[in-house]
Amino acid sequence: MTDISSSVSSGIAGAPRAYRDIGIKRRYAAERRFRIYGISAILIGLFFLFTLLWTVFSNGYTAFVQTTITLPIEFSEQTIDPDAERTTDPSVLLSANYPVLVRNAMIKILNIDPANRALVKRATDMISPSARIQLRDVVMADPSVIGKTVNVALLAEANVDSANKGQVDLTVDEARRKINNQQLTWMDQLRESGVMTKEFNSGLFTSGASSRPEASGVGVAALGSLYMMLIVVVLSLPIGVAASIYLEEFAPKNRFTDLIEVNINNLAAVPSIVFGLLGLAIFINFAGMPRSAALVGGLVLTLMTLPTIIIATRAALKAVPPSIRAAALGLGASKMQTIFHHVLPLAAPGILTGTIIGVAQALGETAPLILIGMVAFVVDYPGSPMEPSTALPVQIYMWANEAERAFVERTSGAIIILLAFLIVMNLGAILLRRRFERRW
Amino acid sequence: MNTSLIILFILVLGLIGYVTGRTRSLSISGGKLSALHSRPVYYGSYVAIWAVIPSLIVLFVWLIAAPIYIDSLIRSSFPDSVLSQGSATTELTLGTTRSMAGGILLLSAEELEAAKSGTGNLREILASKGVPLASEAQPFMIEAAESFNALSATSRLLMTIVVFAIGVLGAFFAVRRIGLRFRARNQVERVILAGLILASSIAILTTVGIVGSMLSETTRFFQSVPAYSFFFGTVWDPRFAAAGAAATAGQFGLIPLLAGTLYIALVAMLFAVPVGLFAAIYMAEYASPVVRGTAKPLLEILAGIPTIVYGFFALVTVGPFLRDISTELNGLVTGNYVNFIQAQSVLTAGLVMGIMLIPFVSSLSDDIITQVPRAMRDGSLGLGATRSETIKRVILPAALPGIVGALLLTASRAVGETMIVVLAAGVAARLQLNPFEPMTTVTVKIVNQLTGDLEFTSPQTLVAFALGITLFVITLFLNIYALYIVRKYREQYE
Repeated sequence: MTDISSSVSSGIAGAPRAYRDIGIKRRYAAERRFRIYGISAILIGLFFLFTLLWTVFSNGYTAFVQTTITLPIEFSEQTIDPDAERTTDPSVLLSANYPVLVRNAMIKILNIDPANRALVKRATDMISPSARIQLRDVVMADPSVIGKTVNVALLAEANVDSANKGQVDLTVDEARRKINNQQLTWMDQLRESGVMTKEFNSGLFTSGASSRPEASGVGVAALGSLYMMLIVVVLSLPIGVAASIYLEEFAPKNRFTDLIEVNINNLAAVPSIVFGLLGLAIFINFAGMPRSAALVGGLVLTLMTLPTIIIATRAALKAVPPSIRAAALGLGASKMQTIFHHVLPLAAPGILTGTIIGVAQALGETAPLILIGMVAFVVDYPGSPMEPSTALPVQIYMWANEAERAFVERTSGAIIILLAFLIVMNLGAILLRRRFERRW
Repeated sequence: MNTSLIILFILVLGLIGYVTGRTRSLSISGGKLSALHSRPVYYGSYVAIWAVIPSLIVLFVWLIAAPIYIDSLIRSSFPDSVLSQGSATTELTLGTTRSMAGGILLLSAEELEAAKSGTGNLREILASKGVPLASEAQPFMIEAAESFNALSATSRLLMTIVVFAIGVLGAFFAVRRIGLRFRARNQVERVILAGLILASSIAILTTVGIVGSMLSETTRFFQSVPAYSFFFGTVWDPRFAAAGAAATAGQFGLIPLLAGTLYIALVAMLFAVPVGLFAAIYMAEYASPVVRGTAKPLLEILAGIPTIVYGFFALVTVGPFLRDISTELNGLVTGNYVNFIQAQSVLTAGLVMGIMLIPFVSSLSDDIITQVPRAMRDGSLGLGATRSETIKRVILPAALPGIVGALLLTASRAVGETMIVVLAAGVAARLQLNPFEPMTTVTVKIVNQLTGDLEFTSPQTLVAFALGITLFVITLFLNIYALYIVRKYREQYE
């Protein structure tokens, strides 16, 4: 007490105040440093986010355009059906020598000497080998084209495609390039005459797996993913909502419900690959379901999504104020009526948001699908969830393992498509939350 | 009649039952609804439940039990020469008989006659119809196949009749019970409650399924490889599962895989924890609402990106970048332009996994830091501490248990991560300490062992389940302990 009064009086007397050195400068410097650590941590996170997205987009946006070469193909009867037996035996059309048609068209358009085999081979190498199937499909669809000359837009070979998009380093020595100078001159020639054009790559969205990058697409994989997502929604939404209603509204507090609770929280954090092992052992090995089928994938993803949906639904149910329940019960509704007629509709936006987020997670899941054999080379659209199919992320995984450079572009393109789906779903969830969220 | 058609008819029956029940309740009420105990909807639902549920249960039991019973009948009809050769041969014969039975249905009467009299080869005939047989058809098998078909047809007919009878009887019984004082609503609600309980036990069933299936496969694995050499073996060299060469089993040492898993997870955590924690502290304590409102969702995008995309990022960008930069560094220092970081390495995988984990650390810790009561902050600031001192001396110690829980949850995710390590860590199972060299993980090996054609008898395949259960147990302990800590922490401040 006396100390304080004496110091106050000495202050008044005008003597210099004796500040205790509490290191304020040092402490403020520490404060600034601490703040900078925080800012830089956030910046590091954002930097990696943008690098990642940049990598994907800069590699992938070119996948949406595809170089096509439109050639006047002469469907000569001599090559396709020399013995004129297509009316009696349509299978000749299946096995006809279509590459010759392409070769002849290239010889004509580039004015090459047909006898110069090396040159002819270089020219035909510029067209994707998938042209064979393309021409076959044209003829099969309409056999009357035989004998006529029709303009057909053929896919350019992957290296020509890359060169046309300016992705080939032309300073590299010709021998080490996948595309030589002769072909480059031809490309200029074709480009000037309007034969070679860049078109929107619809094949990326419709095609299936192919060993040729230019002919491969994600259409088949996307259908497999769609089947699985339908199964996930149809199964996990009702089961998840039912389970959460029981746990949140009815379950007595005992060891059994505690066990379920711990279980669900744990299942939400179990590595996804473990679910793949479960699917392999139970659904395929024990129950004898077909391998690689979207049905099994859907079931595995359902089990994975359930905890997410249950946790979200329980939070949504919890957020409905007790006054609603009390009012309904007071008017004579049974507990079941209260929940199904009043609580559940009010919780619906939260439940739907949780479901969308859960399904979006399931859409990006790869590891469990690999284990149940969905890493398959699937060329045709699966007709039902029981048929072998693959999924969008698994297709990305398979392409990522391919050595060819053009597949990097395809992979990034597929990732862009996958991310677009995820963004749409998450935006939907956010909008739903904004639109219907109620604060009580 | 096929199964989906039967189900459809049962549902139609349920619909008819619903309408009947509803009309009946209305008619007995005589237009005065308040005389009824429940609303008419419940009487309708009550009848529908009685029509549909018992018959569906019988249908499913029948579908599961009948094939087992028929198989056992067929098996006992085989001659002793087959039965005496052990169960494997019997099962093989049974399988052939079954596919033959499917094929016979496609044949015309003459073809079948020819096969039975021995003038035609059944195997060739069936092959021409697109039904391959594993072995030559023997006369007793043709007979067995025919009796299999007959039994299946009888079973199916009987099933259809029984199921419909139960459905109709159930509906009839329920309609008869409808009366003015009949408590239909309570009955219906009991069924709904049973459904809810059933749904919530699926979570338990999943766990039981995971543990059960993996344990049974793992015990089969331990029959051919001793548990000791799995858990303590330091060499991973499974060899390939060559047909008929089961004796040359390789070595299945868990240690190198576990070391790789933990090493990569450690590198990932070393990167993710400081970044995530500082980001969380800044967002919770310093950031203005605008900064927080933009930075938090942006960082959380990282959590929404599928892991396969991270794997691709590691493979295409990070790995080559680290390799090239190590070449340059080495060249600058020693003049020898050789890379000392491999493109696939512990560092690549750990770094990319760390990026993936940032949002987990930051949003979990953010939640926990914001839960620390306002009063503690104010008290510390009021005593003259700077903000960073408040955070370091008051908030972090108070939040520490929760943060530890969050970090354990993150670690469990790092241990179980698959796609990043598959693409970025490499496949060489080695025990070493250099973070610039590739190592491999438990998850990578599970994927490796189970890709391609599988044979569920070889230790090369079964080892995946032993690895899986090891992984499950590790993450289970991490999760449960973490959840326990987080829950306890939450209770402390609520």
